[in-house]
Amino acid sequence: MIRLIPRTQPSKAMIFLSPLLALTLTVVTAFFIFTFILTDIEISRVFYALFVEPLIDTYYISELLVKAVPLIMIALGLSIGFRAGVWNIGAEGQYVIGGITGGAVALFFYDVEGFWLLPLMSLAAILGGMFYASIAAFLRIKYQVNEILVTLMLTYVAVLFLSAMLQGPMRDPSGFNFPESRLFHDSALLPIIWQGTRVNLGLVFAIIFSFVTWFGIKKHISGMQIKITGSAPRAAKFAGFDDKKTIWFSLLISGGIAGLAGLFEAAGPIGQLNPGLPQFYGFTAIIVAFLARLHPIAIIFSALLIALTYIGGENAQIYFNLPSSITNVFQGMLLFYFLACDILIQYKIVFIKAIRQKL
Amino acid sequence: MKYQLELQNITKSYGDLKANNDISLSIEPASIHALLGENGAGKSTLVKVIYGSLQADSGQMQWRGEAYTPKSPFEAREQGIAMVFQHFSLFESLSVAENIVLGLDGVVLDDDFTEKIIKYSKQYGLDINPQQVVGDLSVGARQRVEIIRCLMQNPKLLIMDEPTSVLTPQEVTDLFVTLRKLSEDGCAILYISHKLEEVRQICSKASILRGGKLVQNCNPQDHNKQELAEMMIGKKLIQLARSNITTGQDIFSINNLSRKSEDMFGVDLHDISLTIKEGSIVGIAGVAGNGQDELMQLLIGEVEAPTDNLVFKGEDIGRLNSHQRRQLSIFFIPEERLGHGAVPDMRLNENMLLSRPQQSEMTSYGVINWNNVEKLTQQVIDDFKVQTQSSKMQAKSLSGGNLQKFMVGRELIQNPELLIVSQPTWGVDAGSENNIHQSLIALADQGSAILIISQDLDEILTLCEQIHVLSEGKLSSAVDMGDNGLEKISNLMLGSVEK
Repeated sequence: MIRLIPRTQPSKAMIFLSPLLALTLTVVTAFFIFTFILTDIEISRVFYALFVEPLIDTYYISELLVKAVPLIMIALGLSIGFRAGVWNIGAEGQYVIGGITGGAVALFFYDVEGFWLLPLMSLAAILGGMFYASIAAFLRIKYQVNEILVTLMLTYVAVLFLSAMLQGPMRDPSGFNFPESRLFHDSALLPIIWQGTRVNLGLVFAIIFSFVTWFGIKKHISGMQIKITGSAPRAAKFAGFDDKKTIWFSLLISGGIAGLAGLFEAAGPIGQLNPGLPQFYGFTAIIVAFLARLHPIAIIFSALLIALTYIGGENAQIYFNLPSSITNVFQGMLLFYFLACDILIQYKIVFIKAIRQKL
Repeated sequence: MKYQLELQNITKSYGDLKANNDISLSIEPASIHALLGENGAGKSTLVKVIYGSLQADSGQMQWRGEAYTPKSPFEAREQGIAMVFQHFSLFESLSVAENIVLGLDGVVLDDDFTEKIIKYSKQYGLDINPQQVVGDLSVGARQRVEIIRCLMQNPKLLIMDEPTSVLTPQEVTDLFVTLRKLSEDGCAILYISHKLEEVRQICSKASILRGGKLVQNCNPQDHNKQELAEMMIGKKLIQLARSNITTGQDIFSINNLSRKSEDMFGVDLHDISLTIKEGSIVGIAGVAGNGQDELMQLLIGEVEAPTDNLVFKGEDIGRLNSHQRRQLSIFFIPEERLGHGAVPDMRLNENMLLSRPQQSEMTSYGVINWNNVEKLTQQVIDDFKVQTQSSKMQAKSLSGGNLQKFMVGRELIQNPELLIVSQPTWGVDAGSENNIHQSLIALADQGSAILIISQDLDEILTLCEQIHVLSEGKLSSAVDMGDNGLEKISNLMLGSVEK
């Protein structure tokens, strides 16, 4: 018989081994799936396109970095809330609203040059995201409405709002009635930091945010407050931490940073507002945050890993006509195996001889 | 058959730790046998081995003359060994009879069965109504339900783990009547308790464990309480007494505090008033569930109090949260350790940060100085002899008694002017209890005021010079301990609040 028995102290080895184990299991499972469904293609070629090519070709590497930026940013914000037990599932909505409010500033000052424009757009995006998340915070505190439902449902509202804007006030006047905004002018675009690619200043900010968040969680009493509110609410009260403030704080910060990520996407790789802005980054970032065990620095790496599944998935689509859902399959497997393997940090597997149970 | 149960050389290890090391002991039929020892002495392990929830690594057991190797509690019960746990396992929404049926195998709830419950309850003086819903019962009555459930299995050995820790003095007396009757009828009782005075009253034999070994068998009635405690801890206890109590100005008062509980099952507080002077230790006695939790929440600041109901040095502190109150040098030790006074999954040094004054070296502008936190944590561990591998152990990995020492130390190290503490020695062994009591007395001798809320009457009588009783949310005035003080307290605890 196999049993899980609690360890007295969390296993240090498993903390490092569990992600590797999960990754191995994902690849092994993928191997079996491909063997089963692909009869006419060499599997080694598929694996090369999925996992190797994106890591050796500079174009693909730059695209990995581009994809990772919104994932890192949104996941950072979410990780703060998740520690506090505040489940903001609708970062996608805050991301879209941030893109709209930030983008609106860009369009309002169309063709106006100035170094102040990007900071102003960023501010508008942060406020937009914060406002959108604050609806959930207000309803949770005032009426005990579950923030999971509110944030999730508001996501759909945000996407429809974007589409209304693009077909109405924000539509490009000379755009042949396509539901797209004007292309942002140069002052409203994030500077490219790696010439010849789409990698922009957003990457630098994403990494700075990671370290700031790490400092806040590790070295500041507010990080402690968030952690304690989430894991032991009564102890938080004993310490004099205000749980309402914690809810406000974590929703505002995750909303604000998701909003900024939305703007960085619009003012970065996309360069305008169009219906392609919502890319489910807000949902994927949940996986990113958990793969990193909510650790701000680890989020950079888990975001890159998830970005790999996007790029690899696109490759598989282009070269082998595989369905695009392959990306989702990989992301799902990763998270599933990872959560399963993480059990082994707190528990160990023991094999015991079957005891005959008299009933 | 000389012995009901005989243990020979029982050894049980967890890793390197020998929780039970070569223990041999025998329980005579119809005896009430005490098992004594500090926290971590190996009592629970030994009991689990007897009850079949653990298997010994080596050694034998004989049950009524025959080899006995229970693989599960089920087998132990089949042999006639029953156990009443410290924490009850009853369904609150079901009736007494339904709860009893659920614990037994192969019986159905019918009129015969109800009759049988009534028969047992009469026979052993266990006052209970089978139709009543358990949720409405007092703790004492719940324990009676557990006992009856055990008796229905006709046990030959009844194991009781800390049975009196939640009972009023009157309920304890009633319980002892029942236990004596049981033993007269031939049932042996293995009685585990920290309360040595009670052990002396009711047990004729005692086995004392220390560090996993059996150190002594004795008749507890031949020794006084202090001697028993010293056998348990293996060294001399320091006599506790406040020599010269010098009290100063009034420092803290509760004025006509009333509050309706927000919780459906909570207790409303009515018109509570109390004054504490500098240098004095004030006790609030009473049985759990009479408003202690509600009062403690208000005192800590987890719930706001109305204007001028809580006054510290002339300042209304009713609306301050706990952190703000700490800045005035008021510190708190709540009853519940895990999840309230400490975060189970966090390390000890992180738990240190739950309680911090503004002027502390632990944080500046909110940035944590981990070096200083570490130093303070280590100081608490050293000064209060907290047994832990390091300050980086998770709070939940410490035994209850050790965590309590840590929590007491964490607050005392701040030298509070007012310390408010609930159940300071709950589940703590005699040696640690002695240490905690000593440090509380030392604090008061420095001129600080202490408010103790405790169900342990012995503790209150030892430490406090001013005693109130909390019953059904009402607080008595200070009890005059002159004549029949104890009787007065006992009556007040049972609900007749002095006008």
